[in-house]
Amino acid sequence: MRRALKPAAREPVVFDLATRPLRDINAILQALPAHTNETAWAIANPRGAHAVAVGVTTPVSISIDGHVGYYCAGMNDGAHVTIAGNAGPGVAENMMSGTVHVMGDASQAAGATAHGGLLIIEGNASARCGISMKGVDIVVKGSVGHMSGFMAQSGNLVILGVAGEALGDSLYEANIFVRGGITSLGADCEEKPMTEAASAILETLLKKAGADADPKDFKLFGSARTLYHFHVDNADAY
Amino acid sequence: MNETSDPRIPQTRPRFSATFDPHSIAEIQRAAATGIYDIRGGGAKRKLPHFDDLLFLGASISRYPLEGYRERCGTDVTLGTRFAKNPIKLKIPVTIAGMSFGALSGNAKEALGRGATAAGTSTTTGDGGMTPEERGHSQTLVYQYLPSRYGMNLTDLRKADAIEVVIGQGAKPGGGGILLGQKISPRVAAMRNLPEGIDQRSACRHPDWTGPDDLEIKILELRELTNWEKPIYVKVGASRPYYDTALAIKAGADVVVLDGMQGGTAATQEVFIEHVGLPILAAIRPAVQALQDLGYHRKIQLIVSGGIRTGADVAKALALGADAVAIGTAALIALGDNAPEWEEEYRKLGTTSGAYDDWHEGRDPAGITTQDPVLAARLDPVKAGRRLANYLSVLTLEAQAIARACGKSHLHNLEPEDLVALTIEAAAMAQIPLAGTNWIPGKSTGF
Ligand SMILES: Cc1cc2nc3c(=O)[nH]c(=O)nc-3n(C[C@H](O)[C@H](O)[C@H](O)COP(=O)(O)O)c2cc1C
Repeated sequence: MRRALKPAAREPVVFDLATRPLRDINAILQALPAHTNETAWAIANPRGAHAVAVGVTTPVSISIDGHVGYYCAGMNDGAHVTIAGNAGPGVAENMMSGTVHVMGDASQAAGATAHGGLLIIEGNASARCGISMKGVDIVVKGSVGHMSGFMAQSGNLVILGVAGEALGDSLYEANIFVRGGITSLGADCEEKPMTEAASAILETLLKKAGADADPKDFKLFGSARTLYHFHVDNADAY
Repeated sequence: MNETSDPRIPQTRPRFSATFDPHSIAEIQRAAATGIYDIRGGGAKRKLPHFDDLLFLGASISRYPLEGYRERCGTDVTLGTRFAKNPIKLKIPVTIAGMSFGALSGNAKEALGRGATAAGTSTTTGDGGMTPEERGHSQTLVYQYLPSRYGMNLTDLRKADAIEVVIGQGAKPGGGGILLGQKISPRVAAMRNLPEGIDQRSACRHPDWTGPDDLEIKILELRELTNWEKPIYVKVGASRPYYDTALAIKAGADVVVLDGMQGGTAATQEVFIEHVGLPILAAIRPAVQALQDLGYHRKIQLIVSGGIRTGADVAKALALGADAVAIGTAALIALGDNAPEWEEEYRKLGTTSGAYDDWHEGRDPAGITTQDPVLAARLDPVKAGRRLANYLSVLTLEAQAIARACGKSHLHNLEPEDLVALTIEAAAMAQIPLAGTNWIPGKSTGF
């Protein structure tokens, strides 16, 4: 596993999930005042716990030392969360802003419905990565599973590895950048010309995510917009 | 027709088929012409076993009634007593069901908030997020957590008084939402993060969980996000009410919301509305049974909906074991939907007041199911809110009148024993004896 991108500036306050209930830890993190001086936090022994560091609204850094269960950093709104391990389903689901950095692999529905912020996954992400995303940026350095970007509404999904079956099914206005090739495209998803604007977005995201990749090696996929209106001739796709 | 033209011989008159009735024929013709199914609003329109098929017995020698205007008959209800730090306390057991801003105009949402607040009850957001008008005018607001997650955000989640995880609706158990392009105005589009004017389809499954074990973790997350303060409701369309209720209990719900097939929708395929799901009459007892079997009846509250119109319906739902009811269609009618004053305009739309159900088209003459600013301006939210408050008050007074007649000092004291069924079907579905017998089909072998 690689190192986190932004090591905390000062010694973090460490919570031990083996001895302290999740409720206490989340309550403290959620109640932090906007301009707290305590900007570095760490959580030891997560051991697959669910809903760790959810709903934090202060731009503090939280590093989680191990694997987490479902919905880690769910609805995050401003915090910088690093998971030194793998993440269960729905990591950073419905994130509003901030960053979530998974050093290992992520399970299904990573970044589901997220509105903003940046989700970086160093390893692979499972099925439905970026499902219904609503503005978030997601960078997956490995591959993603089937139905990734399903009904994705806006934002950018960057995949350095291979995308599984039915990529971008029923896509709305999100951009999907893929370097390693696709298995198949979902309904209404098509390859788009890589415009300068799109390439600039990609370059910025790769840089932010610390990804060593050349934007020129990526293909861009977007919505063919044929399903935007109900039409008899589209019956097969519905 | 007879071949003869002799006027003295009786003619065979044109006869419509009961199977290929005029409605079926017109639908076949429409389908053949367009190639697409019919979409409409409202709930199941065909006749179904319903609360009308039950009667209250009233007091007699064996039990005595309460004085109509003197003796108290309580109506309050507390929802979310299982885990939430801040359960919801309502004055009346009639709540306003979730209906989205998008399906409804901003004025209509405001009017619902005003009316509900005046009556001391809650209102509910819908598939489109929370609007400031709605939050501002609703003393108690339930925030829906739907598969689409349109407009879902942490700030609004924390502003809510309760959270309703929507798994299904009675009009379309197993179906997602539809909002056609005419109603995707710039504001609706922005709230949902969608291009303007598209025909929007919302997902039927939640994006980040499937199944009851996942739901349990999702509920844990929602509680962690909101400091364990807010009651978490789980709403299901009536299809397998015993198991759905049991699984919602297992997943940690504070309140179960059960919506029957008469329940309204803003837009769904007609075939779905009329052919999928159970009438609410058939769904309440299995849900109550699940609560009882697991020791949670009255500890986890049950809200039922789908075709509630009168105080008698409210009283019957509670007597069957519900803690509260929710209303959608009736609330819209109270605001002014289908009002005769717009008859001329209904005619222009090819319908008539009382039958208008093209709520998905956004051309509602009453200004309720529309995003057209000119039409929406027709609805005065203050006056419409007052009408809704009046109606809620009548529902409560009617339910109380019945409860007093049955000798009950609180609406929650109504019980199945107060009821009889008029038909064998209703007796079987509601597990209530057929009137004049002690026979419950499938349960007892009485006379
Ligand atoms: C116009 C309209 C919009 C609705 N929108 C939603 C919605 O967004 N979410 C939801 O769970 N149910 C929705 N419903 C269903 C109601 O919440 C409720 O289940 C139903 O209306 C109850 O039955 P009733 O209409 O017979 O009272 C809607 C219903 C109507 C009439």
